[in-house]
Amino acid sequence: MTDNVLSDMPAAAQATSSPAAHLKRPLRRKGVVIAHEKSWKRSSIWTLQVGIFVALIGGWELATRLGLIDPFFWSSPSRIYNAFIIVIGEGTLFQDTWFTFKATIIGFLLGSAIGAAIGLSLWWSINAAAVVQPYIVVFNAVPKIALGPLIILIFGIGISSKIALAVAFTAVITALAAYAGVRAVDDDLVKLTLSLGGRRRDVFLKIVVPSAMPWITSSLHINIGLALAGAIAGEFISSQYGLGKIIMYAGSTYDMALIWVGIIILALLAIVLYGAVNWLEHKFTRGQNVKTI
Amino acid sequence: MSQSIMTEPALPPTEPSTLRPKLRLDGLTHEFRTGGAPPVKAIEGISLDVAPGAFVSLIGQSGCGKSTLFNIMAGLLQPSAGRVVLDGEDITGRAGLVSYMLQKDLLLPWRTILDNVIFGLEIQGVDRREARAVAEPLMDRYGLGRFKTHYPASLSGGMRQRAALLRTLLCNNDVILLDEPFAALDAQTRFRMQEWLLTLWKDFGRTVLFVTHDVDEAIFLSDEICVLSPRPGRIADRFDVSLPRPRGRNVVTAPEFIRAKERCLDLLFSGGQPADSEAA
Ligand SMILES: Nc1ncnc2c1ncn2[C@@H]1O[C@H](COP(=O)(O)OP(=O)(O)OP(=O)(O)O)[C@@H](O)[C@H]1O
Ligand SMILES: [Mg+2]
Repeated sequence: MTDNVLSDMPAAAQATSSPAAHLKRPLRRKGVVIAHEKSWKRSSIWTLQVGIFVALIGGWELATRLGLIDPFFWSSPSRIYNAFIIVIGEGTLFQDTWFTFKATIIGFLLGSAIGAAIGLSLWWSINAAAVVQPYIVVFNAVPKIALGPLIILIFGIGISSKIALAVAFTAVITALAAYAGVRAVDDDLVKLTLSLGGRRRDVFLKIVVPSAMPWITSSLHINIGLALAGAIAGEFISSQYGLGKIIMYAGSTYDMALIWVGIIILALLAIVLYGAVNWLEHKFTRGQNVKTI
Repeated sequence: MSQSIMTEPALPPTEPSTLRPKLRLDGLTHEFRTGGAPPVKAIEGISLDVAPGAFVSLIGQSGCGKSTLFNIMAGLLQPSAGRVVLDGEDITGRAGLVSYMLQKDLLLPWRTILDNVIFGLEIQGVDRREARAVAEPLMDRYGLGRFKTHYPASLSGGMRQRAALLRTLLCNNDVILLDEPFAALDAQTRFRMQEWLLTLWKDFGRTVLFVTHDVDEAIFLSDEICVLSPRPGRIADRFDVSLPRPRGRNVVTAPEFIRAKERCLDLLFSGGQPADSEAA
């Protein structure tokens, strides 16, 4: 429109009547070249990652040998390696790792399932959801570790108290994520299902659950760390087995190398679980955008 | 109650179905009441008989209540007044008896195209494997064969609409409602889709109600056109399009086509809204 009006006018009039004529000319008129970062080859990224790892370990070892840092507090890779060999020789390491792993996995699965069930069930009634919501939010805000002593007293010092803590750590996160997913369900998909003669049960099973799935699986990534934290926290408070017990014991005897052994095994556990969750996520969210937190 | 018995003569079952309308709208009126805002009357007193197997288009300005009318016919919305009668039976407020394709394609992103196409059958209680067996040859026949195992996100707009339309047709309902199914498509895809829709309509023998903004599209496709007035929507005019079928692309130059188009445009743009001076 504006173009037509302007082209009918004499050139001089155009210059003065241009709506932007009174503005100062912008300083840079060359346009902007948009910078793109080229992505590196996978192999180079991998090489770099390994390189950093080797450099860190090497630097650590070197620094302790040169006396730059105190190996009493910081330990060193060679000491950690020796401690590792010793605990393996003692034969209890496998048992402790298995204990922690079991508590973590069971707590993770139970907590995520309970959380998902709670979050999804809030779809059935907006009124029930409104009533329950503050409880969930408060329970989410309470530091679950504070429940530790209570849970140990109720469930005993065996594995069930570790599982219960892992559940307490994980369930709320998944409940909140599932509820967010439920609220984000496309109303038109609900309408479609109803127009086809579907009942609320059909809407729930065929629309609500699948569309909340990416939210639920995204919370699983966080739950790995939380379930481990729950299990370890339980073992810290009171336990006969577990990596948490080893770390606690090592700390009380100033055995820094042994602490590191525990941490490294925990990291390996976390990696295994992370891989498993990624696989699950892929399986359950086909065709949808994965919601990563 | 007694009134509804009087207005709805009990038809003897022996009467041939061609004599009675497939679908009858009887004085449909709807008012939206939301919170404290004054009620919005979307449609008023819409009555319409649709013959079995007919292709009827509804045109009208944006906001005149076309989608509201479809929501009522599909049973998603309870009208303030009036009835929807299917095969002589009052179905007002009952969902699942006519197929409805909403304004968006609405494929489920987590299902493959094949499983999207059978979604309606599945909701109607057909076994998944059986439904797939029914759908697969149809997908091959109607140009979706290549996409069976694809997810909707990887399909073009035209293909998504085809899948949604096939899903709508596959439900075992005689009447289907299509709400601007091709509005989001480019002109060329739209042409192809219109021809494709007519093929399906012929093959499946369904009664179609079709909402569009596009007058050419309405005339090209329909046996009958209803023009709705601006809000509240009433039926402002109704006429038959007796152009012979199959209609070629050049039908747009036929004198009857042009007459029908003028008639629609006059109604749409002189449509008695004083505030709307630009359209006049
Ligand atoms: N849920 C609602 N609450 C209140 N008013 C509504 C609601 N839905 C629709 N309306 C109003 O009713 C009128 C009819 O809406 P409707 O969606 O049926 O129009 P339409 O003819 O389908 O328009 P379009 O061609 O743009 O799709 C509109 O003016 C709209 O503002
Ligand atoms: Mg509409």
